[in-house]
Amino acid sequence: MLEELVTVSTVVNGKHYRRVVEPRLLLSDFIRHDLGLTGTHVGCEHGVCGACTILVDEKPVRACLMFTPQADGHAIETVEGLAEENGELHPLQEAFRDKHGLQCGFCTPGILMTMKAFIAQHPKATEGEIREALSGNLCRCTGYQNIVEAVRLAVSRIGGSS
Amino acid sequence: MTAATNRYFGSPVLRNEDAPLLTGAAMFVDDIDFSDMLHVAFLRSPHAHARIEKIDTTATHDRDGVVAVFTADDLGAFWAPSPLVVPPPPIEDLVFNQRTQTPLARDVVRYVGEPVALVVAENRYLAEDALDRIVVDYDPLPVAAELEPSAQVDAPMVHDVRGNVAAEVRQVKGDYNLAKNNADVVIARRFLYEHGLAQPIETRGIVARWDTKAEHLSVWAATQTPTSLHGGLAQLMGLGSHQIRVVAPFVGGGFGSKLLMYYPEELMVPWAARQLGSSLKWIEDRSEHFVATSQERGQIHDAEIAVSQDGKILGLKDVFLHDNGAYNPYGLTVPINSQCAVLGPYVVPAYDSSFKAIFTNKPIVAPFRGAGRQHGVFVIERLLDIAARQLGIDRVEIRRRNLIPSDAFPYKNGIMFQDFTELQYDSGNYLPILERTLEIIGYESFVRDEQPILRAEGKCVGIGVVCYVEGTGIGPYEGAKVQVDPSGRVHVATGIGTQGQSHFTSFAQIAADLLGVAVDEVDVTTGDTDQFGWGAGTFASRGAVVAGNAVHEACSAVREKILNLAAEHFECSSQQLSIENGEVQTLDKPDQSITIGELAVLANPMRGAVKPGTEPGLQATRYFGPEAGTTASGAHAMIVEVDRETMMVKILKYVVVHDCGTPINPMVVEGQIHGGVAQGIGNAFYEKVMYDDAGQIMNATLADYLIPTSMDVPVIELDHIETPSTMNPLGIKGVGEAGAIPVAPAFAQAVEDALGIAEGGSEILEIPLSPNRLWELAEGGTQ
Repeated sequence: MLEELVTVSTVVNGKHYRRVVEPRLLLSDFIRHDLGLTGTHVGCEHGVCGACTILVDEKPVRACLMFTPQADGHAIETVEGLAEENGELHPLQEAFRDKHGLQCGFCTPGILMTMKAFIAQHPKATEGEIREALSGNLCRCTGYQNIVEAVRLAVSRIGGSS
Repeated sequence: MTAATNRYFGSPVLRNEDAPLLTGAAMFVDDIDFSDMLHVAFLRSPHAHARIEKIDTTATHDRDGVVAVFTADDLGAFWAPSPLVVPPPPIEDLVFNQRTQTPLARDVVRYVGEPVALVVAENRYLAEDALDRIVVDYDPLPVAAELEPSAQVDAPMVHDVRGNVAAEVRQVKGDYNLAKNNADVVIARRFLYEHGLAQPIETRGIVARWDTKAEHLSVWAATQTPTSLHGGLAQLMGLGSHQIRVVAPFVGGGFGSKLLMYYPEELMVPWAARQLGSSLKWIEDRSEHFVATSQERGQIHDAEIAVSQDGKILGLKDVFLHDNGAYNPYGLTVPINSQCAVLGPYVVPAYDSSFKAIFTNKPIVAPFRGAGRQHGVFVIERLLDIAARQLGIDRVEIRRRNLIPSDAFPYKNGIMFQDFTELQYDSGNYLPILERTLEIIGYESFVRDEQPILRAEGKCVGIGVVCYVEGTGIGPYEGAKVQVDPSGRVHVATGIGTQGQSHFTSFAQIAADLLGVAVDEVDVTTGDTDQFGWGAGTFASRGAVVAGNAVHEACSAVREKILNLAAEHFECSSQQLSIENGEVQTLDKPDQSITIGELAVLANPMRGAVKPGTEPGLQATRYFGPEAGTTASGAHAMIVEVDRETMMVKILKYVVVHDCGTPINPMVVEGQIHGGVAQGIGNAFYEKVMYDDAGQIMNATLADYLIPTSMDVPVIELDHIETPSTMNPLGIKGVGEAGAIPVAPAFAQAVEDALGIAEGGSEILEIPLSPNRLWELAEGGTQ
């Protein structure tokens, strides 16, 4: 038997949503398929690859490891919320482009969100700290070298201006 | 006319495709949605080998949200073994037992994960719920799991072939026995090499939409080969090619796993969409990916090398077994590559190589980046290391003495390659590559000075240096259609798919130079059969080489049209014209110009008459088919430190010097190599698929099957040597697989060195390694 439906209120990228969902609905599926924010990608659905990483109350979270009702009352940020409304890229996005930090781009949204929270906490991060912070996100294309370079560049640009 | 200038070709141009990928706007297959979309889940066999006695689906019928359930019995004439994707090459006395898969298993299942039924429901959750209500009565059969026992004549039979022989191939050049008789030293070893799973971060997936009124099928698939899938679906579904459109949207990595395999899912989802007159989606989950997608796996090589006292190779002999998995849709690509790769960049006067491909009750083995080359490169590089040690020659020196000299090209190897042509290396400079590698890693000073000091400090450090070649850019052909639009933008369409190789940029660079526009004024479409329907696909490091040259030819033709039309317009000779910044200018009157967009309008008159034979528009379609592939080459070197207590290996320095001919975009080339090396490191030390005796995969999660992380992959120092290909006008060689191919033998050599092989340590004759396995080897013996 299907469980009772529940109502979920959440703010995603500054926009308020109120939806009725099955309690078992994964947050990753809710964001992608109910809200149509398909920039958050699903890679493993067991919490290892990090592709679905989003920010919940500014902390990085794997959306595949949360049920949608758990997001009730929380603020979510996805990759769609990174760039300015006028299309201007976030410094992290710029740095990934400048340093060829992505190839197929599938893992990239999760990495961007993880790094956004990381840089906020570590505005002067070293390469070693960056590598450690990246180690929860799998990338199969780049060998990480240019991702690390991109984050270093973003750190210098963001950190330098703060 | 004036020649085009290379403003972009050869430059590290930033990518056109990055903005949509960085903002989440790029469309991957799971991003596609239709209001009538239904969702598919597959019921898969829990047994590696079993007879299906009965399938009962009645308990699914009353489930809310379930739309349909299909088993093999529902398929009618669609139920048949799928076509062979790659036939075996025409080698004398070759044995090939074709056994391809059916869209759903009917009588027998032959690997864990083989689909036996599918459910269509309103969402994926409901579809998966319904799977639990299907009852299948299996009668388990004996399992052929491990490679060598499966090759015995009395082994359980996966199909109806005794000894599970999928193929037998022997290729010979020269007289190995004579070489052996003349040799001062003959070294024989058994090598075990396993290569694992591609594991793109996006799994496979397919969306199919049948439009009943238009009688038209649209398919979006995470595939490397949209044109081949298009052709295959038309044939198998009895549709005209005009009735199908296949699109490979943005694809999240492939590495071989998304080649056309006639995977059951890529046949069943379109078929069911047509049955139901609806839109269907199936996205593989990661657990499925471990059992439902092609893999590479193990080979066992009994190999020997005959050498003279001065370290010259006189001959090689290799007899190997290849684990083929349960079916062989992809023919012999992987083991033939292994067979050819054993020759490496070396002069090998005599070679006697034979292999048997063996059916086992495990998923299909098909190319994964490197596609069998790793196995072969490991064999030759390890044999050279052992020979050097036995002869008292430095391991780098033995390579120097055997590399094919730069004046020996084109170099014929006397055996057949996977593309059905003789294995021939078109051009190369192997010794300079090796010397440059040694220089960057500091081989001499490390061995002479640093290593003894570090060892005296108790550090367990070692160095490894290996060479490789890679056959790339094979045919048959690719094509491109290039058009200038009235807006002045250029559109390039080609049939290959893209999974991160930067084609949207590299092809735009070629077009931008020839047509005098900026790179971001070129829109590239890859993998949409409505835009361009011909070609073979993206694999075997061939996209940039074959499609790149087709783009070049089509753009050259459009350039000529532009200049001829402008010459007519200005009433001058086309020799006096140049194209820059989207405008054609006359050399003598710089203020007189016309944009290529305006010319595109002139090229498409709506009234009046044109000359007979006129083709409208500034458009051209051209094809490029090389006579044979082109051979890239390189050397890898690494310095490692092994922790004697934990046997963890840390890579302290990694150097790659490679030659991919003329690079289109060095930034992209370097990225390809970085990623390849990372996968090679995974293969060498982290990634091992574990099967038990019953053919059950034991580590089917990303927490158990370890892909290298940012903590495991070192900074890779790169240098390029450019020896243009002689097989295509742009001089390009492929680079997609190069990084991945020679990592494991370099790793083994370095670790062996660190653990003190010279002082009687164990030889490393197998891959993948792990801390546990290194511990066992260090404790005693190689087996």
